[in-house]
Amino acid sequence: MSIKVYVPRDATALSLGAGPVATAIQDEAQRRGLDIQLIRNGSRGLFWLEPLVEVETEGGRHAYGPVTAADVTSLFESRFFEGRGHRLHQGLTEEIKELRSQQRLTFARVGVTDPVSVEDYVAHGGYEGLTRALAMPPAAIVQAVTDSGLRGRGGAAFPTGIKWKTVLDQPPQQKYVTCNADEGDSGTFADRMLMEGDPLMLIEGMTIAGIAVGATQGYIYLRVEYPHAHRALNEAIAAARAAGYLGPNILGSGRQFELEVRLGAGAYICGEETSMLESLEGRRGEVRVRPPLPAIKGLFGQPTVVNNVISLASVPVILARGAEFYKNFGTGRSRGTIPLQLAGNIKRGGLIERAFGLTLRELIYDYGGGSASGRPIRAVQVGGPLGAYIPASQFDTAIDYEALSNIGALLGHGGVVAFDDTVDMAGMARYAMEFCAKESCGKCTPCRIGSTRGVELMDRVIANIDRERNLQLVEELCDTLLHGSLCGLGGMTPFPVQSALKYFPEDFRKSVQ
Amino acid sequence: MNADRALRDPHDDGLNDHAREQIEASLAAHAGRPGPLLQVLHEVQDRLGYVPAAAVPVIAEALNVSRAEVHGVVTFYHHFRQSPAGRHVIQLCQAEACRAMHCEQLTQHAQRKLGIGLHETTADGRYTLEPVYCLGNCACSPAMMIDGRLYGRVTPESFDDLIAPLS
Repeated sequence: MSIKVYVPRDATALSLGAGPVATAIQDEAQRRGLDIQLIRNGSRGLFWLEPLVEVETEGGRHAYGPVTAADVTSLFESRFFEGRGHRLHQGLTEEIKELRSQQRLTFARVGVTDPVSVEDYVAHGGYEGLTRALAMPPAAIVQAVTDSGLRGRGGAAFPTGIKWKTVLDQPPQQKYVTCNADEGDSGTFADRMLMEGDPLMLIEGMTIAGIAVGATQGYIYLRVEYPHAHRALNEAIAAARAAGYLGPNILGSGRQFELEVRLGAGAYICGEETSMLESLEGRRGEVRVRPPLPAIKGLFGQPTVVNNVISLASVPVILARGAEFYKNFGTGRSRGTIPLQLAGNIKRGGLIERAFGLTLRELIYDYGGGSASGRPIRAVQVGGPLGAYIPASQFDTAIDYEALSNIGALLGHGGVVAFDDTVDMAGMARYAMEFCAKESCGKCTPCRIGSTRGVELMDRVIANIDRERNLQLVEELCDTLLHGSLCGLGGMTPFPVQSALKYFPEDFRKSVQ
Repeated sequence: MNADRALRDPHDDGLNDHAREQIEASLAAHAGRPGPLLQVLHEVQDRLGYVPAAAVPVIAEALNVSRAEVHGVVTFYHHFRQSPAGRHVIQLCQAEACRAMHCEQLTQHAQRKLGIGLHETTADGRYTLEPVYCLGNCACSPAMMIDGRLYGRVTPESFDDLIAPLS
């Protein structure tokens, strides 16, 4: 029996040296004549321990990390392949404190299985949801998703089941399922980790969506900055097709669903759904005016489901275990679990999937261990570049859609970026305008012109030129962007700016050196 | 711009045989599918390293769209290049999570070290330095990508070590 050793193929693990570690393990095993099976899994999302090497023993999987290629010889000398002690030994993986306390539904298999093995996927409960869905009438599938309370995890939090019902209710014609994998928000990487670590779950979710609404073709719109996810998705799609889970006759049911990955080309705006559809059609990613909704007139003018990666990847569990099971996680109108991504200046960054309701403080300190620099955390930005900056005085806010909205913030795609007390919030407010100016699609005036004027105004504020009058103009400009923009880019750029002004006014009134 | 000229046959205003072949192969790979323009441009750039201006009318004619439409798409997306890059493309993340870990200082170091600004290529054609807005490595900031390889927790010292062996 060969020994199973796991070294992640996840992009973050690779960025920290997982590649040379895997090579060193293989070489050392060969040198010692040990029979090992090296599996390139996804990441468990405990990034301070990456590269995290795991070994399977009778008592469970043991974790070692962070491992460098130089540690490999000593790991073998300590007989890590039997789960023995070593200075990098973290005990049983499942018992690591930050992992044990999570509630992983969407990320249940990420880091556990071989991401592109259908056999492994099925052995760990994969394709149970699709099997059930194939035996249900389409309306019942849509009803299950509605009953689960699942809301769009991309950021807009629109009920997924309602979107699906609109597409289902359109007369039979060519319909599409599209997955928005243009995860452009800084501080977010849940989509990436899922696509690299359990791509079959996304494929299963999209297949279920196709069967539910009567769509035969799906597209995954993937950002070009994610080459590792691109490879994993294409390998997984080929494996699913070869095993009969994609194609003209899924599992002999007579139902058809095909899937293609299309690459974006480095435009943040293409995370906006109508702009994504334009880009999928091969055009400039300019925002469309709504109505019509994409559910009625979407890709190539046909009824189209547009969902985020995590929304679609949540569907298999809902079908497999029931809407009630999923709904029992969470709080108020935020049902189920949310994969949070803890990033920036943080000691233990990574992925934390929990039911809604954890507080920011628990996330930042219990999971994150405070800042990486050891300095006090002054602010967190939640929900990407269009999310509000939240001061330390509000860290007891619960992480759910309503609680964050009540303090003028938003959850977005679940990214939380920590900043220590060296941050200059006037600089961050300027950056928010600069980012909007760079990424504006140019279709509407408030966003196209307003963002550039915003950078200029912030430069004057920072340089203390007519400061109070220019701060007043920044406020007025934010009001124009908020109410006059066509989509969320211009419409939400005011959130980081206004929250920085509100909670950190002293940073806008510093004397000029 | 030298390479742009090198791609052209001096006796013709169009593309040389190699470039034309690559563009035609790119068109053949995608032209039959719905909404293929972005995929064609990706393929051209993957094969030639950039999208030459002379490719625009060829692609426009093959896909039956206007030159303006092709040019509009090429220039809309940050990823597409209209001139060749250096032999190694270094992308430094400038987004919030990397700012929280002071990526501005790393960027300044990189610019000083290479003697170029962002969006520029060294005179020897070795390095091109570019800003990027999120590589999805936000828990290990600052992040950087060199020729499609991702790096995390980059310091000025590790930056120097990583670029030194690139020829």
